[in-house]
Amino acid sequence: MFFSQLGFYSLIIGLVFSIILFPVAYRDLFTDSNSISSNIFSISFLKLFFVLLSFICLIISFINSDFSNEIVYNNSHTTKPLLYKISGTWGNHEGSFLLCLLILVFFIFIFLITSRKEPKKYRIITLLFQEIIIIGFFLFLLITSNPFNHLFPIPKEGLGLNPILQDPILVIHPPILYLGYIGSSIILSSSIAAIIQNQVNSEWAKNLKIWVIISWIFLTIGIVLGSIWAYYELGWGGFWFWDPVENISLMPWLCLTALVHSVIVLEKRSLFATWTLILSISSFTLSMCGTFLVRSGILNSVHTFANDPSRGIFILFFLFFLILISLIIFFFFYKEKKIKQKNFLFSKETSILINNWFMMYFLSVVLIGTVYPIFLEVITNEKISVGAPFYSKLLIPFLIPFLFLMSIGPKMKWIRQNVKLFNVKLILLFFLSIFLSCLILFKTELDTLFVSVLVIFSVYLFFVTIRDFFINNQINFSQKISHFGFSLLILSIIMNGIFSREVITNIGVGEKYEFNNGTIYFENINTSEKKNYTSIVGIFRIKENNNNEIYLEPELRIFNQPLIVTSEADIKTNFIADKFLVMNFVKGNDYYNIKYQTKPFMIWIWLSAVLMCVGALINFFKRR
Amino acid sequence: MNKTLPISILIFLVFCFFVFLKGLSNTNNYIPNESLGKKISSFNAKNFFNKQETNSDELFIEKKIYLLNIWASWCVPCRNEHKILMQLSQNDSIKIIGLNYKDNLDNAKKFINDMGNPYSKILRDQDGTISIDLGAYGVPETLVIDNNKIILKKFVGPLNNQSLKEIKSLIR
Repeated sequence: MFFSQLGFYSLIIGLVFSIILFPVAYRDLFTDSNSISSNIFSISFLKLFFVLLSFICLIISFINSDFSNEIVYNNSHTTKPLLYKISGTWGNHEGSFLLCLLILVFFIFIFLITSRKEPKKYRIITLLFQEIIIIGFFLFLLITSNPFNHLFPIPKEGLGLNPILQDPILVIHPPILYLGYIGSSIILSSSIAAIIQNQVNSEWAKNLKIWVIISWIFLTIGIVLGSIWAYYELGWGGFWFWDPVENISLMPWLCLTALVHSVIVLEKRSLFATWTLILSISSFTLSMCGTFLVRSGILNSVHTFANDPSRGIFILFFLFFLILISLIIFFFFYKEKKIKQKNFLFSKETSILINNWFMMYFLSVVLIGTVYPIFLEVITNEKISVGAPFYSKLLIPFLIPFLFLMSIGPKMKWIRQNVKLFNVKLILLFFLSIFLSCLILFKTELDTLFVSVLVIFSVYLFFVTIRDFFINNQINFSQKISHFGFSLLILSIIMNGIFSREVITNIGVGEKYEFNNGTIYFENINTSEKKNYTSIVGIFRIKENNNNEIYLEPELRIFNQPLIVTSEADIKTNFIADKFLVMNFVKGNDYYNIKYQTKPFMIWIWLSAVLMCVGALINFFKRR
Repeated sequence: MNKTLPISILIFLVFCFFVFLKGLSNTNNYIPNESLGKKISSFNAKNFFNKQETNSDELFIEKKIYLLNIWASWCVPCRNEHKILMQLSQNDSIKIIGLNYKDNLDNAKKFINDMGNPYSKILRDQDGTISIDLGAYGVPETLVIDNNKIILKKFVGPLNNQSLKEIKSLIR
């Protein structure tokens, strides 16, 4: 009760400081001194302090199970383990926006203290623009989604957190994803400041690059965590479902990936200035657009928290307001510098440009696939759903040239590539890839030319990126690791797609089921009571034809608050393949429905994404 | 400066804006169609005003349209929809049955005394299991049921003027 009040009032105090910052910062814009006045730092710090206080209060309300607070009541329960009480704080609409606000305020504070070497006006304009976004978030929280709403009379017990969200990965997945989304707001604000100050140059690009890489790393980890969660928890045995929510995290990711590359060109060669600005503006716009699509309830998905139209309208207006001012500033203030630079067709610049084109193509496919159903429904009242086949048809053909170009592009030199790109070793490597791919494909019944070519090029890229580690060339170490990570990712995904096998059947206790590669024995079933659920564990023995024998113990959890059954797959992971078994109730029957899957190279998908991030991280150590 | 590009972008943005705005006003609440057109499962529940038990089979017999409204005194949107329920209760061909969800009896009685009683009968769902069996998402929620106990329609969230019209259209 007390903490809810305290949280609410500190949120308002935070907003007041945020508003005060405007005149203070504006006045400071016209003073002569070269450094930002200390008032701005103090106000920013106080604002950070009060938002943090507010967030801590909400966490305490959740820990104390204070059901006088509406969102605690809606999302918590006294029998919930402490960890999930805490993670319940951001497992709901209001709390997650409060977390977003906290990250926004935190990032701009970090920006202020780390940008001391940069021009004063640029820093202040960045701060001011960021403050517009922050105030938007404050108002959104206070007007439409107050996390400290009161309930009276006070309910005795809460409704509980959705059990599928009670998972250790989901404790950290949202905060990390938000760090990625919100990091891109700094990119937007500093681009606006750079446009107004007319300093879109290589010095600026060097500073921007840090934020781009930070956002990119967090976004990548956030997406991978979400994907791991979907794989282990949702029990479908896949890791990417082209669900709208996954798509909207992929869009800023593609945009940031393009930006990571184009910003380097701006830094090293002062080219692509306009293009970099467009990408900078788009990446935050896409993040906000994603927030709008998910939170307004305009799309239906597992992540839709609230279907309150007033929230959607607020975010929609705010989103278009931001897009509009960004564009106005872009069109009216931006003066493109005509730089006479010699460009050659065979150069690193060109290869990065081609990379960006591909990224934009992938981005537009995902964007259209996600947004088109909404447009169609509004205009023609027809409901369609866009699924995996659409994306595979449109993305896979373009993946082939992309992989090929990626194997040669990074080797190019800046300005002009004089040395010939192909030598005997690379060509030999290519034939080796063809040979290996044939061996791989020979074991399967796949005869589509498409897939074969895709496999050949992904294997080739894989070899080339490995070879890069052993030779001295244009590519720096962090890039080698990231690109190797990417090639491994693509290869694992393709192998996984080709070699995954599944068996679905109904089976009772004591029965056995024979399939192509072995036999499944349903040995026993154990029931036990846990703190907030009843657990039913099935014990299965699977004997494969090569005489490997494994035990798998999938679990069904019957939660009482709210009454939901979740099925926990049992997964045995090793470096070659995952064995995945999940069971489900069949209503009104005493047998169970089981799905047994062999999923090759799953662990490599996660590891390769981690490698990509490690590569990006190395950038920072190199600088120091 | 070339003005075509900014203007065409602006027009495109305005178009997107209105499409999204329209999309928002489409009710996109996810209501599984599975339960529509099916019989509701029978249940036993305690009465609100006395401690007797009522079986649901005794409820939906008359040749009328029944509204099964799940409510609670602590539920804020329920207060808003109460006016509409009062309005509907004037209609002779509608019978409203209340299902009081996880509530404190004294608070709930106070709620009825303050706001009026639109219900022909109120049942109690103290632990929330009946609502779960009915496939409810939360409070408030209203099921439209005919005298064959078949669910004709389902309103997730508070009733509004739009749903009022829809309910009235079902009577004719």
